Amino acid sequence: MKLTESLRSVFITPEERTYLISVRRLLPKAAGQSVRMTHQSPTLSEAQKRELHETALRIVSPGKGILAADESVGSMAKRLAQVGVENTEENRRQYRQILFSADDRVSGCIGGIIFFHETLYQNSDTGIPFVKMIRDRGILVGIKVDKGVVPLAGTFGETTTQGLDGLSDRCAQYKKDGAVFAKWRCVLKVSETNPSPLAITENANVLARYSSICQQHGIVPIIEPEILPDGDHDLKRSQYITEKVLTAVYKAMSDHHVYLEGTLLKPNMVTSGHSCSTKYGPEEVAMATVTALRRTVPPAVTGVAFLSGGQSEEEATVHLNAINNCPLAKPWILSFSFGRALQASALRAWRGHKENEKGATEQFIKKAEANSLASQGKYTGGDNNYTDAGQRSYGSSHAY
Amino acid sequence: MTHQFPSLSPEQKKELSDIAQRIIAPGKGILAADESTGTMGKRLEKIKVENSEENRRYFRDLLFSTDPSISNCVGGIIFFHETLYQKSDSGKLFPQVIKDKGIVVGIKVDKGTAGLNGTDGETTTQGLDGLSERCAQYKKDGCDFAKWRCVLKISDSCPTSVAIAENANVLARYASICQQNGLVPIVEPEILPDGTHDLLRCQYVTEKVLAAVYKALSDHHVYLEGTLLKPNMVTAGQSCAKKFTPQEVAMATVTALRRTVPASVPGICFLSGGQSEEEASLNLNAINQVPLNRPWKLSFSYGRALQASALAAWQGKTANKAAAQEAFCSRAKINGLASKGEYKASGSADQASMQSLFSASYIY
Repeated sequence: MKLTESLRSVFITPEERTYLISVRRLLPKAAGQSVRMTHQSPTLSEAQKRELHETALRIVSPGKGILAADESVGSMAKRLAQVGVENTEENRRQYRQILFSADDRVSGCIGGIIFFHETLYQNSDTGIPFVKMIRDRGILVGIKVDKGVVPLAGTFGETTTQGLDGLSDRCAQYKKDGAVFAKWRCVLKVSETNPSPLAITENANVLARYSSICQQHGIVPIIEPEILPDGDHDLKRSQYITEKVLTAVYKAMSDHHVYLEGTLLKPNMVTSGHSCSTKYGPEEVAMATVTALRRTVPPAVTGVAFLSGGQSEEEATVHLNAINNCPLAKPWILSFSFGRALQASALRAWRGHKENEKGATEQFIKKAEANSLASQGKYTGGDNNYTDAGQRSYGSSHAY
Repeated sequence: MTHQFPSLSPEQKKELSDIAQRIIAPGKGILAADESTGTMGKRLEKIKVENSEENRRYFRDLLFSTDPSISNCVGGIIFFHETLYQKSDSGKLFPQVIKDKGIVVGIKVDKGTAGLNGTDGETTTQGLDGLSERCAQYKKDGCDFAKWRCVLKISDSCPTSVAIAENANVLARYASICQQNGLVPIVEPEILPDGTHDLLRCQYVTEKVLAAVYKALSDHHVYLEGTLLKPNMVTAGQSCAKKFTPQEVAMATVTALRRTVPASVPGICFLSGGQSEEEASLNLNAINQVPLNRPWKLSFSYGRALQASALAAWQGKTANKAAAQEAFCSRAKINGLASKGEYKASGSADQASMQSLFSASYIY
């Protein structure tokens, strides 16, 4: 019985009650009022764990990665503006249709597609729901569930991400509507003052809350703590910050009892800032990235699917390939979750014209195949050859 | 905090990483011969031997002068301070005897536990004062790695968050200081097996403790590739009514480690706790057969589980020296095999049938 309840049953003055309650705080916790954090209240049943783990494995099964087609209405505006297309719901539908009509060749390259809410309920020209088209190809459906970034007061332009309100109910509905995984993006940036300890802890915490809620509904959470490439920082600085951010993320995951085998990570690759004067080769990016992950991401995490950030299609593919050829032991699958790096050529080929649709879809398929090879370290496009003769030198790991 | 002031140069990192790799080279583990004077007293009392400095020297000499082939299964030996400055019968200082065999010398540097007020008998570990200077001296005197033991316990109210946080923090401070002085820190957050808790509870607590340890190591900028972990295996409490097989212990242990220990940690050398010699070997063997990806070496850092038979054979009598050494060698070889998953206890099934015991119907 709680102390306050037992006090009510005894005739004492309000002053005495206040005193007794305050004294209780000074006493060591007696057994029975124990710190229950060491008792596990099982969060997930065996069956739930199995479902989550198997879903995660299917999304990143060998040679497969993720198409991030979850651009919000605002982000789509920017993409469509670049090719002179008006940002209407119909145009967005037409554009996603180009990607989703890809033939069987993508079934071996794409394990999952992340949808934006609107797209989840759209159909093809012939009235087939997009969700059905995708699932018929054996591709899993994911859904972006965050509601964008909001500022953290007292910081230099840092943010957290909102969307937790009613998330449980939304997840239940999305599961009914065909989604089996979700995505939530947090954003951190590098500057003289950033990322601050507050930004790191707050974003790690909100990612853990989101993950915990998703798993309750059989939805695999993709965890995305993106560190923006904006800035003039070098590769070392990026690696250092990535390590600090990811450590905080996985501490939060542990604190929130998230089942790691039923999650995927979507991090930035470790690269120097856009305005950094030093240029780094793919092997350096790969060593820095794999080293950072080895120091922070528990082996139990099923897969790591990199975001492409501001990289070009070719850059992203070459980097992913180098990462998969890095000679350090990598206990997780290392794949892709690309938006722009899978779609840029397709978008340019389309330009909003119906007659360009097939050509645009072909562009997308090519990129999907290239990244599928890169996720296995077998991409030989460009001057990117990792066979015996062309084995690149990765240098010493002790410099990272 | 987002500016990195490099704590170690690439050369320092390489030295630490190389030392760690030598200690846990394939088939090798660690002999924990660092029992404090008080603890040695308990061991010697069991065989009715007086706890004198000479007797302690004699017994350690017995172990260290074993056949050089011991270096095939022992990569490192942890010393107690006193032993570091004692000599073998041959007149050679013990560190030199060990190094001549190609074994790495380690030193226990903590100064025992101290109570955490306001808890139910929980502790932290002391020894940080002047640790940097002591490490520098130990490095000069031939040591290349160190060990520091923290202790946690499981009960209705334990471990509390303050015990977990405080011990994780002190381990990280110790590790940081060691690395500055070229010593590889063995990080030991022991969760005692005392209690009635079951396997799942131990796994849960182990996961929480290790997550806190690695967060602290990151916060203190410790170079993980130049460290080793010395955890408890995940087992039920000693007074738990239910018994668990080596395969169950192994699955629970490897699952807990996969969820918490980064792949950059080169090796995990289990403590034997209260386990018998055979139990400790069987469990280690099963751990090395678990069909899950294990990116770190999984080996041993055993005290009692390597020395019990040798002590019993010795009985304090010089005439029994060879027999005692034989017992020690035998245990070392067995654990060397167990660290590769190749130990076949007589009467036990072969690898194939062992594997089938793992076909997990249970997800941990």
